[in-house]
Amino acid sequence: MSTQTKPAPEAGTTTPGAETGVREFVQDYVDRVRGGDVGALPAILGVIVLCIVFTSLNSVFFSAGNFANLLVQGAAITVIAMGLVFVLLLGEIDLSAGFASGVCAAVLATLMTEQNYPWYVSTAAAVATGVAIGLLLGTIVARVGIPSFVVTLAAFLAFQGTVLIIIGAGGNVPIRNSVILSLANKNVAPTLGWVLWALGIAAFAGLLLVSAARRRSRGLVAPPLSVVGLRIGAVLVLSGLAVYVLNQERSRNAAVVSLRGVPIVVPVILVLLIVLTFVLARTAYGRHVYAVGGNAEAARRAGINVARIRTSVFVVGSTLAAIGGIIAASRANSVDPNAGGSNTLLYAVGAAVIGGTSLFGGKGKVRDAILGGAVIAVIDNGMGLLGYSAGVKFIVTGIVLLLAASVDAISRRRATATGRV
Amino acid sequence: MTETATDAVRPPEAAAPLLELRAVNKSFGAVHVLRDVHLAAYAGQVTALVGDNGAGKSTLIKCIGGIHPIDSGEYLFDGKPVTVHGPRDASHLGIEIVYQDLALCDNLDIVQNMFLGRERTNGIVLDESSMERMAADTLAGLKVRTVKSIRQHVASLSGGQRQTVAIAKAVLWNSRIVILDEPTAALGVAQTRQVLDLVRRLADQGLAVVLISHNLNDVFEVADRISALYLGQVAAEVETSAVTHGQVVELITTGRSDGVADARPTGTEVGTEVGTA
Repeated sequence: MSTQTKPAPEAGTTTPGAETGVREFVQDYVDRVRGGDVGALPAILGVIVLCIVFTSLNSVFFSAGNFANLLVQGAAITVIAMGLVFVLLLGEIDLSAGFASGVCAAVLATLMTEQNYPWYVSTAAAVATGVAIGLLLGTIVARVGIPSFVVTLAAFLAFQGTVLIIIGAGGNVPIRNSVILSLANKNVAPTLGWVLWALGIAAFAGLLLVSAARRRSRGLVAPPLSVVGLRIGAVLVLSGLAVYVLNQERSRNAAVVSLRGVPIVVPVILVLLIVLTFVLARTAYGRHVYAVGGNAEAARRAGINVARIRTSVFVVGSTLAAIGGIIAASRANSVDPNAGGSNTLLYAVGAAVIGGTSLFGGKGKVRDAILGGAVIAVIDNGMGLLGYSAGVKFIVTGIVLLLAASVDAISRRRATATGRV
Repeated sequence: MTETATDAVRPPEAAAPLLELRAVNKSFGAVHVLRDVHLAAYAGQVTALVGDNGAGKSTLIKCIGGIHPIDSGEYLFDGKPVTVHGPRDASHLGIEIVYQDLALCDNLDIVQNMFLGRERTNGIVLDESSMERMAADTLAGLKVRTVKSIRQHVASLSGGQRQTVAIAKAVLWNSRIVILDEPTAALGVAQTRQVLDLVRRLADQGLAVVLISHNLNDVFEVADRISALYLGQVAAEVETSAVTHGQVVELITTGRSDGVADARPTGTEVGTEVGTA
């Protein structure tokens, strides 16, 4: 080539061994952030700042009991938000996810309590209801071509009515099955908690090390071992700390009832996180979801079935809404006509966006739902402890969501400004 | 990259065209866009397709790419008649089209874009390292040295680099013919230079290249042959060395030029020269 803008080494390859230093990796990360690719940074900073503020105002906030509470409170919204990440990745929206979770919870409760079906049949029926809802919504959006905002707004109203009809106005279907109830009310035995933690860490470390080694053996750029070690170490310490704290006795009267261990929803959410992250990051399907969200026309020309991808994300969204609905029902011990109503959907969308998922599509990760869910749960919980009314909580959450959306918009503008050199 | 054609430059008379369209017609409703169009592309050569706006260039390449079905006429690939019903058929034959808008996903990196829709997998897991290796080898084979990392997002690339990625994506698949729609239209001087060098290199590696361009300087620089379209008809198919700048302008604007010796195959084989306006 006669004209070169940069005398760079051959594309993609580096010097043998690829011994790029920690410094370069940090520099690379800083460059990305300054270039507008902020990722999870704002949400992580947000959680830290909020925790410091609430702890300094009320010492109860930073107790083991409240930490467990926080996790369980945020669980249902986080799971719904995980599904919404898929929908948002295509630049679509699912306004019906809240009440879809309500419909599925109502199906669960009715089958189990009124029809006396076993819990697993009822759960399967609830999840199947979620799949069916997603198929219906997705097909209408993808094949008929009605904007998802309108389709899911209609579904929002219709599902609200559906819950009302299934449960009956003013009614309330209790949940008595111990398996479903334990989901949000019981804890993993402390020893089992440590075993699961060790297994999880070992798998995480193994995966990172193997993938780095494989890349290095192929002569590709791999993160330096020190960076890999740092990541493993950070996850090990933070998660170990969490397990340790949750394994402390947090019952006010330990002689009557002992409250120790990681809440059962936590491993459930972690499994969902791992499975969905794998799907998005490591499978062709996930790649196609990003592609359609980034440039649907390019995806179509690459031979990707755009309509099928579009339908599928609504299926994922509604299925996870169903799981979220089951968790919410477990926590409430019952399903009432307002299940999945009030702020459920808005909190879930807020969680995904606060976590860093773009409303414009093409950018986002499943972990965003967890980080954003944590921010929302911390605000809700912390302000509740400080005695603020629901009104103030809503206003603050709204402001935080607006901030998150601004971060998204500004980082986007920044990315386009620095993008085209 | 394919090694099918070894001779860098072969005279068109000596070799059969890799791709040939004969008497192709295409209408959209009442609008007759292509009238008995003939087009030939030879391995190892750059064939420029020129014509004014609305002459039918885009429609023609969309017919080649299988996006529009042709109404009538023959579509020969490697001397054999083929039917192309969709972009998939075209890429099976080894025909890759780089459209003007490039169709890259800004939110994906270079490797991900190059393998989009044709990802390599181990079971259900994406085989990232082998894709990255292949992408790096392809770019190295094209002597592309201007991208810092092939794991950077396409959004962060310059116009010329994006064009390079789109072209590399097209040649990654053992393609035999690459069709480029206005590859230099939005580029600066240095970047145009880069892309033209790349176009020439593709042909030198034995691929048939069809270059659509409005810029006659580019055409005269890299093309071996020129096909001029005028209002949906082929005004002339000539060798670049046999015409002047002015004559090509005349062909584009009026559809005829005195003194241009048409290199189109004539006689019984193609009975389509009748009926020219």
